[in-house]
Amino acid sequence: MTIDNIMNRIQIKLKEDKKLLSIYFTAGYPNINDTVTIIQNLEKNGVDMIEIGLPFSDPLADGPTIQASSTQALKNGMTTEVLFNQLKDIRKTVNIPLVIMGYFNPMLQYGVEAFCAKCQEIGIDGLIIPDLPVDVYHEEYKAIFEKHGLINVFLITPQTSVERINYIDSISNGFIYIVSSASTTGAKSGFGDEQTNYFKRIANMNLNNPQIVGFGISNNETFAQATQYAKGAIIGSAFIKYLTNNGVDKIDSFVKQILT
Amino acid sequence: MSYNINKKGYYGKFGGAFIPEMLYPNVEELRQNYLKVMAEPEFKKEFNQLLKDYVGRPSPLYFAKRLSEKYNTKIYLKREDLNHTGAHKINNTIGQILMAMRLGKTRIIAETGAGQHGVATATVCALMGLECIVYMGDIDIARQAPNVARMKMLGAEVRPALSGSRTLKDATNEAIRDWINNPVNTHYIIGSVVGPHPYPDMVARFQSVVSEEIQWQLKEQEGSSKPDYVVACIGGGSNAAGVYYHYLDDEDVKLIAVEAAGKGVDSGASAATSVLGKEGIIHGSKTLLMQTKDGQITEPYSISAGLDYPGVGPMHAHLYKSGRAEFISITDDDAMTAGLEMCKLEGIIPAIETSHALAVFDKKQFNKNDIVVVSLSGRGDKDLDTYINHFKL
Ligand SMILES: Cc1ncc(COP(=O)(O)O)c(C=O)c1O
Repeated sequence: MTIDNIMNRIQIKLKEDKKLLSIYFTAGYPNINDTVTIIQNLEKNGVDMIEIGLPFSDPLADGPTIQASSTQALKNGMTTEVLFNQLKDIRKTVNIPLVIMGYFNPMLQYGVEAFCAKCQEIGIDGLIIPDLPVDVYHEEYKAIFEKHGLINVFLITPQTSVERINYIDSISNGFIYIVSSASTTGAKSGFGDEQTNYFKRIANMNLNNPQIVGFGISNNETFAQATQYAKGAIIGSAFIKYLTNNGVDKIDSFVKQILT
Repeated sequence: MSYNINKKGYYGKFGGAFIPEMLYPNVEELRQNYLKVMAEPEFKKEFNQLLKDYVGRPSPLYFAKRLSEKYNTKIYLKREDLNHTGAHKINNTIGQILMAMRLGKTRIIAETGAGQHGVATATVCALMGLECIVYMGDIDIARQAPNVARMKMLGAEVRPALSGSRTLKDATNEAIRDWINNPVNTHYIIGSVVGPHPYPDMVARFQSVVSEEIQWQLKEQEGSSKPDYVVACIGGGSNAAGVYYHYLDDEDVKLIAVEAAGKGVDSGASAATSVLGKEGIIHGSKTLLMQTKDGQITEPYSISAGLDYPGVGPMHAHLYKSGRAEFISITDDDAMTAGLEMCKLEGIIPAIETSHALAVFDKKQFNKNDIVVVSLSGRGDKDLDTYINHFKL
């Protein structure tokens, strides 16, 4: 079974004629057993895709909010094994695409092949691994990911060259993650012309893979700005902050606020 | 077999650049330019001139007569402690500040644990008039007050790293995050042979001046440029890379790497990465690191802040796995004892990092005619409080 003959949930979702809202959260935060509740509540309220963050002790690409949620999640006892156990029946209740986002070292320790096999068994559709370089993936892991029906998502930034964007596009088979500005994760005060022009520039490249914008999206205004040229947007830190203040029961009002 | 770096940026299977895409342009710019810049005659001239006039190189290779008598072998000390700012760290910061300027960078960031690399970075930034920001875990800021004051006097801003365990590894994370947020004007002066390629190789090349000098100094004194053993302590591994460099592929010269066992390798409070570490990724490099079964990076412990790092440079991971270097771990107590012995026998107060290397003579018997070169990586001024507390002086 390869990715070519069976359409992955991400690929199906990307064909829908709408702007996609994707939400990131750190597994094990605020409480160790919130994972399934958060996923179900997000789907129920109309979120299109979910990125489940596997916490890491040293999240290099993350700002203070996700650093803190990761530290807390680890203190709460989150591990790769625990997460896989929590997710083992997730496909009985949840249909939207699920992506695991995490750093490479925990996957390496679990075993990349075993990790991918487990993801397939559970019904995970894709992975985002910020510190797995494109060429290492290409040479060493692409075949394994594809064997297990997993889409690997790559990031581009305002500094990524046209040549490299084309290369990344050529080895992607889902979407490309546009990092909104040169920064770690975390809410900014909004997007200016510089970002809008950058999103437009990428849109004008007519890439094979649709683009989803992340980093710095926090409300319906930034969501609208980000999706003016892109297929969708990802919200992370703003959602984590919301969970910190409101817990997992009021996810509906967070999502409504973005989608109105 | 070559023990040096290959074209793809690996030492054996260790090394590489496991970095988020946000860092790719910065690291790639450096990778494309570092060898070219280092080969420029003007660059070499300026680097060598500063090493001579400002750092005080060449550092002496000193025959330690009384120590040699005590251990019945021939011990030479490579006196990096006599460099300006008191350690080998300045060889690297001089090289990197010149590199940063060639690349048109105007803002310098660095990480520091004990503050030695922070001071060496603040020093070269003052020398060149560049803005300098040093990240330091807030726990280290509290326990290394004199070096914090030095950095401030030299005009650097010291920013506390408040994330994770708030020590060296977190200061390194913060510096990397700063670089992600400032991709155009900033150069990151990393303090050891760690981090993504090309850092381990670049830092090793800047430090290689040390073994280049040992070769001719030993030739003058012993008639041969080859010692039997070269010994160095290993935190990230930059002083070791410096003393090993020109001997890496000459297996007549045996390499000894000394790690910090802390309170004992099995005590749960140790920094002996070769024994306790497993293959993984830390700070953009595939190497050996201390981690949980689940791949979370753990906090090491050593009495010496400069050896208190959960990883080791990829060069050393390869030297360990291939058996090219012998790795020995030394406890806090044994290191402190060896440091005090050096004071009494040779009139040299060593940095506690260096004291670990010196403790090797109690652990390993050398032959009478063996020539053993030890990297005296730094002086102990910064460690007086620790020595005082330990020995109730
Ligand atoms: C005197 C001295 N020796 C050794 C080290 C360890 O670093 P490395 O292994 O990179 O030489 C340090 C680090 O601060 C140091 O100050």
